[in-house]
Amino acid sequence: MSTSQSKRRISNGAAFMIAVFVPITIFLIVQLFSDPAVFLTTILKSLAMGSTYAIIALGFVLIFKATEVVNFSQGALAMIGALFISFLVADETIPIVPWWSEGNLVPIRNPIYDLGLPSWMAWGLSFIVALFFAALIGLFLERVAIRPMIGQPLFSVAVITLGLEISLRVLANDSAKLKLRNTNTPWSGKGFNIGDNFLYWSFFAAMIAAAISVVAVFLFYRSKLGIAMRAVARDQEAAMAQGIPIGRVFAIAWGAGAALAAVGGLFATEPPIKQTGAVDAETSLVAFRALPAVILGGLDSVQGAILGGLIVGSAEIFAGQYLSGYTSVLGAGYPLVIPYVVMIIGLIVKPYGLFGTEEIRRV
Amino acid sequence: MLELANVEVVYNEVILVLRGLSIEVPDGQIVALLGANGAGKTTSLRAISGLLGPHEGVITKGSITYDGKKLNDLKPSDIVESGITQVMEGRRIFKDLTVDENLVTGGFTVKDKARTKASYDRVMDLFPRLAERRKGIAGYLSGGEQQMLAIGRALMAEPKLLILDEPSLGLAPKLIEQIRDIIVDINKQGVSVLLIEQNAMMALSIANYGYVMETGKIVMDGDAKKLLADDDVKEFYLGLHGDDSEKKSFRDVKHYKRRKRWAS
Repeated sequence: MSTSQSKRRISNGAAFMIAVFVPITIFLIVQLFSDPAVFLTTILKSLAMGSTYAIIALGFVLIFKATEVVNFSQGALAMIGALFISFLVADETIPIVPWWSEGNLVPIRNPIYDLGLPSWMAWGLSFIVALFFAALIGLFLERVAIRPMIGQPLFSVAVITLGLEISLRVLANDSAKLKLRNTNTPWSGKGFNIGDNFLYWSFFAAMIAAAISVVAVFLFYRSKLGIAMRAVARDQEAAMAQGIPIGRVFAIAWGAGAALAAVGGLFATEPPIKQTGAVDAETSLVAFRALPAVILGGLDSVQGAILGGLIVGSAEIFAGQYLSGYTSVLGAGYPLVIPYVVMIIGLIVKPYGLFGTEEIRRV
Repeated sequence: MLELANVEVVYNEVILVLRGLSIEVPDGQIVALLGANGAGKTTSLRAISGLLGPHEGVITKGSITYDGKKLNDLKPSDIVESGITQVMEGRRIFKDLTVDENLVTGGFTVKDKARTKASYDRVMDLFPRLAERRKGIAGYLSGGEQQMLAIGRALMAEPKLLILDEPSLGLAPKLIEQIRDIIVDINKQGVSVLLIEQNAMMALSIANYGYVMETGKIVMDGDAKKLLADDDVKEFYLGLHGDDSEKKSFRDVKHYKRRKRWAS
């Protein structure tokens, strides 16, 4: 009885997916043959968009997989990370707030640029240091706001992260407002043409960064510490009984999550997400744009984060490219809504997300 | 030797669960701790393993020492490192990890890779069933296999004292026998065992010494053989009636409560 019921539900879902995907596929094939160059650039652009979303989504997944908390402050962490990159790499300074400056930032020179290294090496080193600073912010937040909440209801912790998001965003906005903060990467603003279509190098940088992040996260989860982190997510008390220091595991997850957010924040300032190449008040919103990717992929799955990011990113770019004739009907800025539409459709078919863990039961 | 002396535990700052619990687990022995539901067995284990924190519990009095080292305020990871590992009630394996990965979490505190490998081989020797399903998801194991995995996981931490909380819970009689034999095997390899059971027959049949707990303190203790022969224990934990087959009133048999044997 129950098997026949579940069979019918799956076939319903499949029918639903076919109803959604077949018309889209036909439409895309028509577009491919009518203008291949536009189609190709759109694909590259959507891969870049998807990669950026996937990086942000990985940050969510990393923290969720360890703490079971959806970290709503991921956006602010992305913005702060991008700010660090802007200070250390673009301005070649280290921002400090000494006691005599009455709360104003006093930049001191970033010593890495005085070492006489080749410029790309100085850039890379400063970039890594910026990520390290971002990770420190994550560690600090975990220690101050999350650690005392171990064992408390997850909902309370999630709301705390929401509070963190707002307060951090205010702080970050204050330091970003002073001037236009370029992130100034080696590839920023540069690109090449395919036919009439301009392709930014940042598209490819985002894809490479996403690939590196994914491989790093996969390897991490195979390591002893990574396994311990998954164990902590499954059953905190049992993990403690094995001698796994939960506090340290949480701290590492937050540090790594913040570093990933920083990378995501950097690409949030560049095409295809934004043309300016500068950190501004909107940078933190990238996390909410990537949230559908996380939820669609299943909150606790690395594969889910990648696939969710790619699906949501492609949907957004393709809709922006091919439905632009209907702006009067759909409203300006309609591509921003597309990820959420895709997420809702996805959740109807798979309530736990594409790769989300359902409770394991023995049969 | 593990020594609990007059331990008091309070939950939520009001609920007194352990009222002066004193037990000893000498090296190399199996000690059984018996008691009905709510007697405070699991709380005693939490106190030993440092797991009271998440349950809002605090040790308010008394001391827990292992080989002269005070464990009261240590973190769970430090307690595991000093040689005490607990197999929790209800197995509590990590269901979405594989068998191998579960064992890795057990060996988290052991930094030396060669020693981890040795413990791993030992566990595989002890539980051939687990060796067959090394790469399988732990959640799909049968109840008995999950219990074996839970014990194996605890052994990965190279414990000198293994604490088992209700290892026979929810298992068929045949499997209970198997688990019992495994406990004896582990003990023969030089690991002392503190065994918490409601299945008193099983526990006392392999233990050297036994304690009976009621409402947070020890009401009776002695050699396991002596306890097995004791009429009260028979009556309450083994379901056997003594010499006279007529039913006794609860009040008549609880004479031991008035003896202050636990004040030491």
